[in-house]
Amino acid sequence: MYLTIDGIEKSFPHAEKGQVKVLDNIQLEVEKGQFVSIVGPSGCGKSTLLYLIAGLEKADKGEIRIEGKKVTDAGPDRVVVFQEAGLFPWLTVLENVTYGLLLKGMAKGEAQDKAKDMLKMVHLSNYIDSYPHQLSGGMKQRVSIARALVMEPAVLLMDEPFAALDEQTRMVLHHELLEIWRKTKVTIFFITHNIREAVLLSEKIVVFETRPGKIKSTHTMKTSTDGITPNDVTFHLEKVILAELQGEIEKVLKEEMGDDYILETDPLHRATSGDMGSNI
Amino acid sequence: MFPTLTQVLQTLFSGITSGQITTAIVTSMARLLIGFLIAVVVGVFLGYLIWRSKLVEDTLGFLITALQSIPSIVWFPLAIIWFGLNNFSILFIVTIGATWTMTISATSGFKNVPSLYQRVAKTLGSSGFHFLRTVILPASVPQIISGLRIAWAFSWRALMAGELLGGGGGLGHLLETGRSLGQMDLVISVMIIIGVIGTIMDNLVFLRLERSVQKKWGIH
Repeated sequence: MYLTIDGIEKSFPHAEKGQVKVLDNIQLEVEKGQFVSIVGPSGCGKSTLLYLIAGLEKADKGEIRIEGKKVTDAGPDRVVVFQEAGLFPWLTVLENVTYGLLLKGMAKGEAQDKAKDMLKMVHLSNYIDSYPHQLSGGMKQRVSIARALVMEPAVLLMDEPFAALDEQTRMVLHHELLEIWRKTKVTIFFITHNIREAVLLSEKIVVFETRPGKIKSTHTMKTSTDGITPNDVTFHLEKVILAELQGEIEKVLKEEMGDDYILETDPLHRATSGDMGSNI
Repeated sequence: MFPTLTQVLQTLFSGITSGQITTAIVTSMARLLIGFLIAVVVGVFLGYLIWRSKLVEDTLGFLITALQSIPSIVWFPLAIIWFGLNNFSILFIVTIGATWTMTISATSGFKNVPSLYQRVAKTLGSSGFHFLRTVILPASVPQIISGLRIAWAFSWRALMAGELLGGGGGLGHLLETGRSLGQMDLVISVMIIIGVIGTIMDNLVFLRLERSVQKKWGIH
């Protein structure tokens, strides 16, 4: 297997409860070139898992291997696209994208050519000399994706990369991400709380249970062609996953609001145009 | 005891042309520049140490906060005993006047580097000195610049006080000379020069530096 997550456990210290376990015996395998999404309610430890793969955090137990090599530290073979673009404001767009390449020891000219190619792929050729504050949120996130892809990582880790964007921009970026994925054949590990996003984009969807974070179920799925329009199959899967998650979401809410909290049933909102005319 | 405006302007003009005021300016600025540069280097370095280690923060960091509350001229008697009434003593209080505040600014600059930038740099493979040079230092530039501005103001005040008491040339000494000769026009001329230099440095150098960084970063 390409990326193996083997029996990962992780706890964080908590002021009142002592140690709180956020990840419990996570077992997951990802094939090369696969687009895998993790969905789960907030606080289920999905981001922590991503940080563990990135090497930004250390697991208490278990190990993560990439092509058989154990992950011990952060490194350029596992680049992360964060929710906030995190571009360096003191560097231009081009300098931001070449940052990692120059670190790898690549010659400046070569790095710039490569970065320009990648920026072209995310449609930002006209902005290479701009500073990050001159870009919109969607453009920043594009630069951030280019900065990650240019490193040709073994795995591209994405931590809710589109959560802070508006709906239109997100739709366009879904489409573009799928294009890029098909073109570069990069392995993508995608964290989201948006079920539709996961269903539309990924081949394999891992649903997380919360407190402690555990894998509840795994679904495989052919990705939709454009990443924008849902069809019957994606709708169905969306509903299945939502039903699975409902219990988890309730668990979180009960913990936060008190034990009498019950989530309304049938929470999937659909416009009347989607009900096949049953109201005639 | 109040000179006329024309008298003051005349003294100012002749002081500049004869070189009396200009040499004083050069002497003062040289002292200030040396003291200020030392303070900046030491301040940034101490700031780095405090940022790196919790132990240093609890010990040295606390001490520096305490030291910062002491006006730098208070160090002057001690400096005279240690180094004698000379140039070095003045340099000492100029430096010490700016060092603590620079340390505090640098520390808070380093501490406020968003963890997002640090994570990004680490996943892209940056570490050690490269990490310090390409992430921590540039990310704290806005705060370091406002630190420079405050540090400059502190050392400028320390310099005037030191020269006034310690002699050895410079604008402060010229002020004292004017007083002892009862030459109020000279005293006021020097005061004007001091005000002009202070304004130029603050507005033209530091404010401009601050603005250009803010513009580049998109902070408004």
